[in-house]
Amino acid sequence: MTQQRALESTRSLKMAAWLGWQIASNWASPFLLAVYFIAKPVAGALILVLMYMVIARGGLRHPLFPQIFVGNAFYMYVAMVLMGVSQAIHEDREHYGMLKHIYVAPLNIYTYLLGRGVAQAIVATVGVLIMLLFGIAVLGISMPPGTIDWGMLFIGWLLGLIGLGFQGVLLAGIALITARHAFFIGQGVAGALYMLCGAVFPIDVLPKPLQLLGQALPLTYWLEALRRALLGVGAGALLSSLSDGMILLILAGSMVLSAVASVAFYRWAENRAREKGLIDMQTMY
Amino acid sequence: MRLPSRWEIFWRTVMGRAYPRVVGMQRERSWLLFDTLLPLLQVSAFVFIYRAIQAPPEFTGFVVLGGAMTAYWLNVLWSMASQFYWEKETGNLELYIIAPTSLMAILLGMAIGGMVATTVRAAAVVTVGLFVFGVRVSIVSVPQLLGVFLLTLLALYGLGMLFSSLFLLYGRQASHLSELFQEPVYLLSGFYFPVRALGFIAALGASVIPITLGLDAMRQLLFPTMMAQFRFLDVRIELAALAVLSIVFLWLARRALNYMEDVSRREGRLTVRWQ
Repeated sequence: MTQQRALESTRSLKMAAWLGWQIASNWASPFLLAVYFIAKPVAGALILVLMYMVIARGGLRHPLFPQIFVGNAFYMYVAMVLMGVSQAIHEDREHYGMLKHIYVAPLNIYTYLLGRGVAQAIVATVGVLIMLLFGIAVLGISMPPGTIDWGMLFIGWLLGLIGLGFQGVLLAGIALITARHAFFIGQGVAGALYMLCGAVFPIDVLPKPLQLLGQALPLTYWLEALRRALLGVGAGALLSSLSDGMILLILAGSMVLSAVASVAFYRWAENRAREKGLIDMQTMY
Repeated sequence: MRLPSRWEIFWRTVMGRAYPRVVGMQRERSWLLFDTLLPLLQVSAFVFIYRAIQAPPEFTGFVVLGGAMTAYWLNVLWSMASQFYWEKETGNLELYIIAPTSLMAILLGMAIGGMVATTVRAAAVVTVGLFVFGVRVSIVSVPQLLGVFLLTLLALYGLGMLFSSLFLLYGRQASHLSELFQEPVYLLSGFYFPVRALGFIAALGASVIPITLGLDAMRQLLFPTMMAQFRFLDVRIELAALAVLSIVFLWLARRALNYMEDVSRREGRLTVRWQ
């Protein structure tokens, strides 16, 4: 029985990832798709570049710039994974009208939702790699392969990414019981977290209450781990007293917490959606 | 029984299509969270970047103004450009076409409704942004500021009306096109920095997007001292250019609408979903 469930979960994950990739990519020719993947992240990075060039003393040689650039690049995962997982509910329910069929199919809904996030993570990985290469080749950001802490990079990246997937499931739960604005939940939350986790500035510059909020977010530690692994230094003084091991430990703990909380919340939201008949709701919004 | 005249039908259609945007959308109170608070948090991130690199306080004002204008750009992309595609998906487009009215009136109604509804949201972002971050403005000329703002909206929504026909032809690529026109336009139009930083030639090219000229002119009229070193063109030139863009985009929108309708009828695509 357990083995059958594991097989079902794996199959759900794989099929959802494939479906997500098809939705993300099959609307365009490979050339147009490549332009789409490159233009968005590079334009986002160039906004930061110009802000620094206009104001910061030393322009792109400002000591904060590489940390901000790396934070901004990896933040693409946050927006895409949170949106990918939470919008799966809206797309399947309202746009394609398939959510009710998914519920009657022999699949695991949690791994199905995570699978939709996997597709977005693949797209985001392409964007992040393009941005990092652009930073190294065009903007002169120094990331020699010999100085990169590959172990910390991989473990930190993976822990954060899995945690993000579960946070997406939590948002999917909210989307399930939300009318009309379900489509914007992932986008809205990603926009808010952009400020709080210090993706594009050290959280030290935030007012004290917001600093505390920022320190409570797993994302803050994720970006810190990635910056330390790639650049050798983190951003700002607030997190500097934490060792690399402690940062990874916090990430691992927050990932477990996200998993437990998101599955519990999704289960509650799902029951509520069943009671109120929301699984096949069509608001035409 | 007296039949209404063509103009009467035209204006009734405009009002009828604007109504759900102006009145209907306000009934869904969650717009306060999704359209005001969350965008404001995003704008705040850019404010804190400038604070982290010790930028002069006027740059906070640049960002708040740019952040408010993103509401219009997003409205043009998602509620104008993509709208006919959504209408086709939900089965409304065929009803629009068989109704005894003009599609141009429907587009105009969408634009007017979108403008009014978005102005409420943008005003909320500006008011809260200016209050929270303590931005001080010194207005050079109220009539010029109003003129720039209104002409920017006219040209921008003219562009939106043009896009709505073109995006319909692109079918399901419409939403991806809207996504694609977000960050690159934030960059090219200088939503978060003075557009002059792109260089004169690049800024001139970006001026085809009305917000580029509108933002630069409004910044000059609100923050004259700081913009003295960052201004792109003289405000009067920008006003004239916006007037020209308004006329050109509205004319092109009408042409594109006729073309789209003709092509879609001949190819039988007006009622085909999932395309």
